[in-house]
Amino acid sequence: MGKIEKRVYYRETLHGGFLATKMNYVLGWGRKFSIFHYPFITACCGMEYMSAACAHYDFDRFGVGMTTFSPRQADMLFVVGTISQKEAPVLRTVYEQMCEPKWVIACGACAVSGGIYDNYAVVQGIDRIIPVDVYIPGCPPRPETILNAILKLQDKIQHQKQDWRWKIKG
Amino acid sequence: MPTRIHKEAAGHKNLMINMGPSHPAMHGTIRIMLELDGEKVLNSEVEVGYLHRGFEKTCEHKSYFSLLPYTDRLNYVSPLINNLGYVMTMEKLLGISAPERAQYIRVIMCELSRISDHLTALAAMTMECGAFTVFLYLIKAREEIWNVIEQTTGARMTTSYIRIGGVRADLHPDIQPLMDKAVSTTNEVLRDVKGLLDKNTIWLQRTRDIAVVPKEMAINYGFTGPCLRASGVGYDVRKAHPYLVYNRLDFEIPLGEKGDNFDRYMVRMKEMEQSLRLVEQAMAAIPRSKPTNESNAIDAHEAISRSRDRKPDASILLSPNLEGSEKERYPDIYTKDRIGIVPPKEDTYSGIEGLITHFKFFMKGHGIRPPQGDVYFSVEGGSGEVGFYIVSDGTDRPYRLHLRAPCLHIVSALEEMIQGHYIADVIPTFGSTNMIGGELDR
Amino acid sequence: MEDQRLIEDLRERFAGKILGTPTSLGDLCVIIDKESVLEVMTFLKKEPFDFAMLLDLTCVDEMGRSPRFVMVYHLLSLSNNRRLRIKAGVDEGSPVVDSLTPLWKNANWLEREVFDMFGITFARHPDMRRLFMYDEFEGYPLKKDYPLRKRQPKIHLRDPHAD
Repeated sequence: MGKIEKRVYYRETLHGGFLATKMNYVLGWGRKFSIFHYPFITACCGMEYMSAACAHYDFDRFGVGMTTFSPRQADMLFVVGTISQKEAPVLRTVYEQMCEPKWVIACGACAVSGGIYDNYAVVQGIDRIIPVDVYIPGCPPRPETILNAILKLQDKIQHQKQDWRWKIKG
Repeated sequence: MPTRIHKEAAGHKNLMINMGPSHPAMHGTIRIMLELDGEKVLNSEVEVGYLHRGFEKTCEHKSYFSLLPYTDRLNYVSPLINNLGYVMTMEKLLGISAPERAQYIRVIMCELSRISDHLTALAAMTMECGAFTVFLYLIKAREEIWNVIEQTTGARMTTSYIRIGGVRADLHPDIQPLMDKAVSTTNEVLRDVKGLLDKNTIWLQRTRDIAVVPKEMAINYGFTGPCLRASGVGYDVRKAHPYLVYNRLDFEIPLGEKGDNFDRYMVRMKEMEQSLRLVEQAMAAIPRSKPTNESNAIDAHEAISRSRDRKPDASILLSPNLEGSEKERYPDIYTKDRIGIVPPKEDTYSGIEGLITHFKFFMKGHGIRPPQGDVYFSVEGGSGEVGFYIVSDGTDRPYRLHLRAPCLHIVSALEEMIQGHYIADVIPTFGSTNMIGGELDR
Repeated sequence: MEDQRLIEDLRERFAGKILGTPTSLGDLCVIIDKESVLEVMTFLKKEPFDFAMLLDLTCVDEMGRSPRFVMVYHLLSLSNNRRLRIKAGVDEGSPVVDSLTPLWKNANWLEREVFDMFGITFARHPDMRRLFMYDEFEGYPLKKDYPLRKRQPKIHLRDPHAD
């Protein structure tokens, strides 16, 4: 019964030699353990987010504990709950106010794909508005699932090409 | 979007502050626009609808059985109470009632749900005022209660446990230790929170005499639940129009005096104690489940392998709650009338009549078809009187399903409640109303 | 019986305007004419009936029948511990009803919700605007001829599989 699941790494071939890869590694290590997240909470999944944030399941031990309510200071947008058509411009405004590098986690079935609500009022998944890095299924997801998603995001941050240029091309 | 407050404040030079839809206070999504003179609130406008998910329209397209998960997600901090409201409305329409043991189980689950509702409401309210420790303590108690709910229903939050005609499964045989732990942790936590907040100068200064709601105003606005009882009106649906077995259990209704934020907080604290009393009484008074004939029962794997040769000739040993539905447990948890309940799996898999009954329950166009008419029934929810108004036209889908959301009436009074107070008073006032977005916006 | 007395008093006072009093499943219901809504409610709010609280105000769209919309009011009397349901039919041609805001303040938001979902306007309402949907939304969602999945997005939605 003990087949350990294979972890998937997001490896990209990096050009630049020894110093560049080491720089990438250090930046990635720094960024993944100090994520300031913006909890964009709308609905029921917020309750499980509260459980994950509190003493029993605690995601502060993974470095994600700092909750900031200013998108200018946030690294990660944690979209928790249903996004209705009326809320969609608000979500986009908040996302656009965040500075690079930024990541997005879609928590719960409603944020991933509209959930059980397929009607005139609900956006069928926030990836129709902003790009998403990690999707968490569940209605609502257990706090352990949220912790697993944070670990997956940390893997992704570590292994992506870290951007240390002053200007972003294009 | 030109709104009322922008029109009214057009010529003035006052500061307009927007407490926007992404509210940093875990209440979900609501927008409060304030017109300030320094720090005093002169005028305000509340805008709702950012969590409108089309519940009422969706329910017109789903059958009565399959719309049960949508009711969980209305008041998502006390989902079992919404389940109960919908199910009892349907039972009134169909003319059936659950057996006694199921009614006691429903009372226990509802009261646990109500406790977790008040815990969450107070946790959010106190956290926003700065009492972070209280938030962690209250959520710790909520975790223990959710453990009990998970053991019985299978899910921590959105359970869909209370079904038309009864409940989904019986209580777990080992529920007593978990229940004792939940009750004792909650008692401990409530004692700690009382010690931290009741006589705390800072808390009293932030909540005493703020947002006073006198009796007449509360009744005129249609307040129900803890907010109404904090203003001094003793209306509780469990006492006024008793349902389930509440008339056999002994509990009190705490009342407040002035209707300020502190009274709303105190009423919720005292109600939690009364709910714990109800849970203990119900656990003691619940009728014993009938003993099952398990002497010559065989294991499930054995039965499957035997059934390859011939029909199973012995009863199968299944667990009494979620893993299998046995006919023997059905009299305890489901009504004897054959309407509205899922047929037991033994019947479904062992004969053609059972199979057809199962199909006809779930097929489109068949299933639960109540008589034509309309009905209104309400239960006491965490925020007030949760009422369901169902109009049925004889088919298997509701023609119109309307929820009487208690939060809507309370939040519609918010503009008047915060008038004249400071901007920092908006936070505990809003927290004490216990607005839940799923119920308000439906 | 208290309920009988209530119905008799109502019939006495508003002779021609009571259109029916069906009692279904123990709920007391009175059907009245749309014009006399305000009058009847004012009468019921006073003593001795003392229906001090407006529990609920909603509408049912009965497409294909006339009148098309039926306004449903639920009242609660705290002192007598009684509930009452009042229905009033509203034509599709002139969907205007008197507003109950002078009597009960929560009618303000409840009527805004009915306007938002069904398109029925209320005369002398202080603030007749949409409550749940945004202003640019066209149509009234809960009417039977509005399709369930007709979306009117407020911002441009991107294709998630594009990149």
